Amino acid sequence: MLTIRTLAKAYPTPQGPLAVLRGLDLDVGAGQSLSLMGESGSGKSTLLHLVAGLDSADGGSIHVGETDITRLDDAGRAALRRQRIGLVFQQFNLIPSLTVAANLAFQARIAGRHDPAWQNTLADRLGLTDLQDRYPEQLSGGQQQRVAIGRTFAMRPDLILADEPTGNLDEESGDAVMHLALNLVAQTGCTFLMVTHSARLAGMLDRQVTLVQGRLA
Amino acid sequence: MNARILLLAWFLVMPLPAIAQGFADLGTDADAYAPVRPGTAITFPRDHGAHPGHRIEWWYVTANLTDDTGASLGVQWTLFRQAAAPNDTGTGWASQQYWMGHTAMTTPDSHHHAERLARGGIGQAGVTAAPFAAWIDHWSFESEETGFAPLRLSADGEDFAYDLTLDTDAPMVLQGDGGYSRKSDRGQASYYVSQPFFTVTGTVTLAGEDRAVTGRAWMDREWSSQPLAPDQTGWDWFSLHLESGAKLMLFRLRSETRSPYYAGNWIDPDGNSTPLAQEAITMEPLNTARVAGRRVPVSWRLAVAGRNLDVTATALNPQSWNGTFFPYWEGPITVTGSQGGMGYLEMTGYPRIE
Amino acid sequence: MSRIWHALTALLSHWRRKPLQLTALLGGLMIATALWSGVQALNAQARESYDRAARTLGGDAVPSLALPGGIEFDESVFVALRRAGWPVSPVLEGTIRLGETRMRILGIEPLTLPAAARMTGETSGPVDGALFEGFMAPPWRAFAHPDTVAALAGEEGLPPLTAQRDLAPTLLMMDIGAAQAMLDSPGRISRLLLDPGMSAPATPLAQATDLPLEWRETDTQGDLDRLTKSFHLNLTAFGLLAFLVGLFIVYSAIALAFEQRLPMLRTLRALGISARMLTGVLLVELLTLSLLAGIAGVVGGYVIAAALMPDVAASLDGLYGADVPGTLSLELSWWLAGIAISVLGAMGAAGYSLLKTYRMPPLASARRQAWRAAQRGWLRVQGALAVLLLIAAAVLMLFAEGLVAGFAGLAALLLGAALLLPPALALILRAGQGAARGPIAQWFWADAQQQLSGLSLALMALLLALGANIGVGTMVNGFRDTFTNWLDQRLVAEVYYNARSDEDAATIRAWALAQDDITALLPTLNATTRMDGLPVTVVGYTDHPTYRTSWPMVAIAPDAFDRVATGEAVFASEQLATRLSLSVGQTIEIDGWTATVAGIYPDYGNPKGQISAEITTIAKVFPTARRGGTGLRVAEGRTQAVISAMRERFDLGDNLIDQAALKGYSKGVFEDTFAVTAALNVLTMGVAGFALFMSLLTLSEMRLPQLAPLWAAGVTRRGLAGLELLKTLAMALFTALLAIPLGLAVAWCLVAVVNVQAFGWRLPFHLFPGQWAALVALAVLTAGLAALWPINSLRRMPPVRLVRVFTDER
Repeated sequence: MLTIRTLAKAYPTPQGPLAVLRGLDLDVGAGQSLSLMGESGSGKSTLLHLVAGLDSADGGSIHVGETDITRLDDAGRAALRRQRIGLVFQQFNLIPSLTVAANLAFQARIAGRHDPAWQNTLADRLGLTDLQDRYPEQLSGGQQQRVAIGRTFAMRPDLILADEPTGNLDEESGDAVMHLALNLVAQTGCTFLMVTHSARLAGMLDRQVTLVQGRLA
Repeated sequence: MNARILLLAWFLVMPLPAIAQGFADLGTDADAYAPVRPGTAITFPRDHGAHPGHRIEWWYVTANLTDDTGASLGVQWTLFRQAAAPNDTGTGWASQQYWMGHTAMTTPDSHHHAERLARGGIGQAGVTAAPFAAWIDHWSFESEETGFAPLRLSADGEDFAYDLTLDTDAPMVLQGDGGYSRKSDRGQASYYVSQPFFTVTGTVTLAGEDRAVTGRAWMDREWSSQPLAPDQTGWDWFSLHLESGAKLMLFRLRSETRSPYYAGNWIDPDGNSTPLAQEAITMEPLNTARVAGRRVPVSWRLAVAGRNLDVTATALNPQSWNGTFFPYWEGPITVTGSQGGMGYLEMTGYPRIE
Repeated sequence: MSRIWHALTALLSHWRRKPLQLTALLGGLMIATALWSGVQALNAQARESYDRAARTLGGDAVPSLALPGGIEFDESVFVALRRAGWPVSPVLEGTIRLGETRMRILGIEPLTLPAAARMTGETSGPVDGALFEGFMAPPWRAFAHPDTVAALAGEEGLPPLTAQRDLAPTLLMMDIGAAQAMLDSPGRISRLLLDPGMSAPATPLAQATDLPLEWRETDTQGDLDRLTKSFHLNLTAFGLLAFLVGLFIVYSAIALAFEQRLPMLRTLRALGISARMLTGVLLVELLTLSLLAGIAGVVGGYVIAAALMPDVAASLDGLYGADVPGTLSLELSWWLAGIAISVLGAMGAAGYSLLKTYRMPPLASARRQAWRAAQRGWLRVQGALAVLLLIAAAVLMLFAEGLVAGFAGLAALLLGAALLLPPALALILRAGQGAARGPIAQWFWADAQQQLSGLSLALMALLLALGANIGVGTMVNGFRDTFTNWLDQRLVAEVYYNARSDEDAATIRAWALAQDDITALLPTLNATTRMDGLPVTVVGYTDHPTYRTSWPMVAIAPDAFDRVATGEAVFASEQLATRLSLSVGQTIEIDGWTATVAGIYPDYGNPKGQISAEITTIAKVFPTARRGGTGLRVAEGRTQAVISAMRERFDLGDNLIDQAALKGYSKGVFEDTFAVTAALNVLTMGVAGFALFMSLLTLSEMRLPQLAPLWAAGVTRRGLAGLELLKTLAMALFTALLAIPLGLAVAWCLVAVVNVQAFGWRLPFHLFPGQWAALVALAVLTAGLAALWPINSLRRMPPVRLVRVFTDER
């Protein structure tokens, strides 16, 4: 599903370019869940962003299915995100001007595969049924993150990328959110890639890798 | 600061340097104006009229009057003419003749004066020789009949007015040498004639009250283009009606650098006029008064050698100040001493000291 | 002390990071100060000119004697009156044409000028007699305003000019003799000035002269001051509008800076700086910035005023015949007032933020205030306030009397409408969201609502500018249409002329009567009088079908022209009728002559009242009436031939004009009249555009968190930029559409309330949809231009900045 070869990325700094990824190779099979760990600055978030097409690589390739993301332009990467990739972030996931229902439906509708029945199922599973008319600002952090997860699954992505999805939550609600997400991953059979600091959370996933200085340890 | 006001003040003051110079600073540039030469015949009525070719000219009447209660007062009526340019041929508003009228009335405890300005060429002011008439606005001095005398003299100011009749049988009196009056040792001179023998009747109005008056009047006529030397700063001028019936004119022109230039004429009661020698004249200030910020002599010792005259002349009112654009002292005097009498004194050029 | 210093440096460091906010703050203050102080400068300059005009001899500072109708008379009257003891001084007035400009000639006689004309104020400084050398003698030097001296440099046929700052700009002041020569009026004078303090001369006036001289009393009130009041109120209103719009900008810049610096303020509090000191430091910062902006603003105000002054001068001349110089001279107090207004404005705009700082607890509350609930709340308050203001506006306009009430109503209307805008827009956007299908469309409407609170001040400014624009534009265009139409009806004769003398008039008349091409000769007579203290011109016209068929009337009685022809009735101008509350059928008395008002006619642009009556009647009632212009009806196609024949035969010069040229001249005066209004309109639009630009720019930084999720969800940056642009344009479009009803209300208020109070005439109310379309387009264009930069930078934003939204710890 996801094939990464000799991926390199450097950021310009006042002291010269700082290499964050240095020829990273990674394969993730379809339906597999994988945790990415590593110290701050090890390049895990950068890797996630490159896979999401939010940023462009300096070298190497990233194949999502048959598509090499590194060869796409901005519009192509946006289209890929629209159709196949779901993103869950630590914060600012939701569109503040839209209701919970509209947020849930948003990406699926953009992708053109809005399925009200599936959305209702998701809302039900995530415990959002009674919150559909609320706005994000009226929700707790756990509720917001559940909306973000629901929104991602609503579009039935091939690949879900999550960056510390429970980082803003207390342990209890974090675990609850995590369980809901992993159940959905299992049910839909999508590939799940998650960046985390927590070895406990990482342990819930099929496979764990650790990044050290831009390479897999 | 209201600059427009200043502008208008400028307008009003504008001709004054010229007019004031007529008295004080006519030492130069007289050439283009008509000259004053000794031996020139003066004839009447022609010379009652204006001489526009000369730079400056005046018709000057002073009257010593007594009202029906016996109180003394004096009246001054003067018309000045000034040519701003030589060989003036302008007519209407283009005329370069300027006229200024002064009038004053003096009692022992009050002095009133007024001033008028006018342009020549349009009839607002002027002088005709025959019949004689001199006027500025409604102030006038003019013959009532075909001859020169009797004449009617009238003028008014804000708080005074008068209407007098002046009469005499006497002919005009030539001052200086046959009408040629020297003003310095260096040639400055004027034509100068007088009529000192007027008797006066009429009415004066003061503080809204009419008073019948009688008295004597003296008329001076003078025209010149260069009456003063450059260093001369002012003058003291006397006209006296003496008890004997004789008349005396005396003046001294003060100088910054030299001793004063003295001159005068003794006029017998029959009108015979004799110029006096400089050395024969004594004019000595006795007392001064503070007038308009100046120290002005208001009491004089006057003496003429060989005429048995040694008198004290005292101002009727020491504050006889004409606060006109060109300010000066002019007022009636009383004469005591070897002979009684009355007259008028004019003093110019005393500097402001405070 | 050092604590304050460190706090201040920390606070100031914010501006280094956010130069745009600093620009908005300084720019807003500068613009507000500049427009306000610019308008104040214009007003002050004009007022000073009126004072001067009133004090000038040509004005009414001293009483005078003149013939009815201002007919010139012989200077011998002056001499006769002087010799009768009347302390009069002659004046000759007239105009000459020098190329395109008309100069007023004022001939005076310096030696007899009444004391009142020179003794009403203090004098100081040395008196310079030399300045007046050659004034009463060749070369007949004249005085003029320095501008005039410069403008007339090299002009032939003029005496040497001396600059005199205190003269009206179109005036040449010279000796009466020189004036007589220049005006070709030898021996003639127009008036005799009197000394107001003089005691009555012994000789009565009637005994001193045979002429029926009239004693004209002093008008110390200053007609100009009164007449131009509405004009200046108008300018002031514009200035205030601009100032408020500027303060909108300042308010939003300060509020934004406060919000963004909240964490820093809390940190400073936590580090042991008291609330009082922190507020004080903020105050010092604000004071410094507003002083800087104030100085720059006042300089800008000077530039604006200097640029507009010629227009203002033209407007005042066109409207009231008031002479105002086209250049500025300003006093120190004006500069200081301008800086003070900047500081005070900044303090006012910052008041709320400062108060919040003072009351702020050092610890942040856990949650940010929910914007949606907050927005609902203030929309409701604003809506209620708006309704109250609009009711007040309606009451003021319908029931209150007077010019000030009219303008107060206008202000309430504008402010009410501005406050109503955000609730109205919110309604529209909610409706849009309800109607939207598709996720992007829904987001579009929903997001626009959220953006509303940030943009509303700028949009209010745009609404005010547009409303004022449409209102004033409707009024001016309506005025122009009416005026043009009225000119077409009033100027029906093909040729107009004014003979130089009675002899000339008789000669021309005899010649004209003999011409086959000339079908009618329509002479007029003019006289002036006063009715109820109001200056009134009385015009005698020739009864002719020309007038009967074409004269536009506001109201007319049956058989009006027949009754006027018999001399029993007159027509009154609308201004006169308004001021004296005259109606058709009423009887009036004009200088002892009683007549019925048979009709009321519009007389646009004339500050004086006017009565028109049959010419022979006027000749009888006003024996001294002056010969006015004569109209000639000419056979079709023969106008140019008649004009050439007359030019060849008679010495008429500028006093012969054909209808087209006269109309052109009148329309030119009209355009001048509203030149300054147009200029201020453009300026307010500019300010509104700037406000919008600044709001969008500052908002664009805050909007990344809103936009990033969309981008992450697969909307391209280009797509986002397009959506943002569309949103801005839509908001501007809605605002502009809402500005149309507001503009019409403003126009109605101007036409039906303010103009009637100010000028005494009411205009028909015309609608100009073309103008609205143009303004709506202009508004959208303004918004588009204002949005261009922020949106372009979004389009080109490096992805890393968007990514950072998701990773930055906030």
